[in-house]
Amino acid sequence: MANVTLRNVRKTYPGGFEAIKGVNVDVGDGQFCVLVGPSGCGKSTLLRMVAGLETVTGGEIDIGGRVVNQIEPADRDIAMVFQNYALYPHMSVYNNMAYGLRNRGMAETEIKTRVEEAARVLELSPMLERKPRQLSGGQRQRVAMGRAIVRQPKVFLFDEPLSNLDAKLRIAMRVEIRKLQRRLNTTSIYVTHDQLEAMTLADILVVMNGGQVEQVGNPLAIYEKPATTFVASFIGAPPMNLMSTRPEEIRSQLAGSNAADAGILGIRPEDFVITDQTPASGVALPLTVEAIERVGAETFVYGCREQEGERVAATPGELPPGEIIVRIPGTEAPAIGQKIRVAALRNKLHLFSGDGRKRLEA
Amino acid sequence: MQKQAIFQSKLLPYALVAPQLAIVLIFFYWPALQAVIQSFLLQDAFGLSTTFVWFDNYVELFRDPAYFEAILRTFFFSFAIAVSSLSFALLLAVMADKPLRGVMLYRTLLIWPYAVAPPVVGVLWIFMLHPSLGVLSRYLRTLGIDWNPMLDGDQAAALIILAAAWKQISYNFLFFLAGLQSIPRSVLEAAAIDGARPMRRFWTVTFPLLSPTIFFLLVVNIVYAFFDTFGIIDTMTRGGPGTSTVTLVYKVYSDGLLGGNLGSSAAQSVVLMIMVIVLTGIQFRFVERKVTY
Repeated sequence: MANVTLRNVRKTYPGGFEAIKGVNVDVGDGQFCVLVGPSGCGKSTLLRMVAGLETVTGGEIDIGGRVVNQIEPADRDIAMVFQNYALYPHMSVYNNMAYGLRNRGMAETEIKTRVEEAARVLELSPMLERKPRQLSGGQRQRVAMGRAIVRQPKVFLFDEPLSNLDAKLRIAMRVEIRKLQRRLNTTSIYVTHDQLEAMTLADILVVMNGGQVEQVGNPLAIYEKPATTFVASFIGAPPMNLMSTRPEEIRSQLAGSNAADAGILGIRPEDFVITDQTPASGVALPLTVEAIERVGAETFVYGCREQEGERVAATPGELPPGEIIVRIPGTEAPAIGQKIRVAALRNKLHLFSGDGRKRLEA
Repeated sequence: MQKQAIFQSKLLPYALVAPQLAIVLIFFYWPALQAVIQSFLLQDAFGLSTTFVWFDNYVELFRDPAYFEAILRTFFFSFAIAVSSLSFALLLAVMADKPLRGVMLYRTLLIWPYAVAPPVVGVLWIFMLHPSLGVLSRYLRTLGIDWNPMLDGDQAAALIILAAAWKQISYNFLFFLAGLQSIPRSVLEAAAIDGARPMRRFWTVTFPLLSPTIFFLLVVNIVYAFFDTFGIIDTMTRGGPGTSTVTLVYKVYSDGLLGGNLGSSAAQSVVLMIMVIVLTGIQFRFVERKVTY
């Protein structure tokens, strides 16, 4: 029904702080776009700008072919699900959902049909007369969803809607949201700091950092080819191992490729194998095992490199220099203190410029 | 964890509460008891003899049309003071609840009148609205209004309501501001996205969420208008002209101290005491429970 286009969108606060530094994103009709980034990266601000709750100080926000910069939230034909749900505490579940429709002067019979339909879909039918305080966290979350879907808006906006739920419920609701969005086929923008949520929900993933977009694209494409070291370490858990290419140990193994220009080498934990052999083409590192985490289906091995590591361009969730995480299937793992060798194949290496801002093809 | 404090000595706990008990007994229960006793007595005009007359003072009181007038007048004053003070304070609080430049100064200035004692409030307003001395009275007369609260009972009543309501605005403002600030911003934002214009947002979301505060303040304001307006009335009109600004509290004073009818004055005090007990009871019973959302 509508696509959302952000053209060079900027937000500067009166104090001079630049929260959004020129963002360009194009969300196609019916697509699910996820804005992901660490706290303070401006993702919520950007969403609130699309909603009309924050003014736009530069650029254009276009919803369904109409520039909405100066249009009131009510007239943008959007619905938003808030982090704390923002239910009207004095209204019943029914009235919470009906409020937006009544404000638009819809006939009560039509309101009843829509609210009952939404309640049926969200399994809220038995609790329409209850007040929000009589509901559990998950139920409140569903009422907030219901309030959004009865309006049948052009765009859904989600501001970290699952972050107040416990881990199990969060996964269940994540699937629910995805199914619902597919069925309604409504363009959606979803803000989260959880990279797993981002990966699983998104058609288009927008990775943000410091008010700027680091990378936009299909989630798997981003996972496979992160554009910067920030994206490389933010997307994926545990994060990608990043190391300087300067030490002789690594430099010699990379020789003969355009890796000569690269300053940083990245290897995902699952791309390492524990082996005594050195691959014909690739990188092998000797490690001393420092810690083991067994989570059942897989095991994380934390190892320390023999040579002193060098700090590379700052990234979130960064490991201490010289520490390497290896992810191996099953529960078999080397003993703590044991010396091992891990190797990764050439096509699994990620190379970045020394400042971490540019990806180089190996 | 034990919540109960353990004392070694049996006397110490009593010694610790004794000062508070003494204050309550001497300044609350003793005068109250005196009033109850006095209300059953009748003194002669010279205070030479006292007779026990059972409920005669009460019977006479409730047969007196002037007393019913005072009751009605007090209710009217309370209603007018509470409504005008509450609505104006709410308006100010809604405006102060915005991120404005200098909002702290604005709030501080609005809170000041609360520190002014009621008789001073009376004097301040008299300076402004006295028929011959008042600054504003001149302008009122140039506007063609025959302003003379010393002669016109309705104008005197309006003056009392104005001054009493003005004084209470600060108190109400503080509570309303706190109430407004406790409403989550996101709920109002959700209402904005749900298509509610500012006025509708106020009446359908903000106002209902403030209802516990409003009810609490309503009771407080009524109690205030009943009792604490004495100083204002005494400095501004002394109950006059005629009896047009005599409220129940002022009548206790004027009948007892000016009129010398101690028995009736005491009976009126007892009636007032019962009213306070009822009002406070309502406050405690309902503020916490009934008016929630």
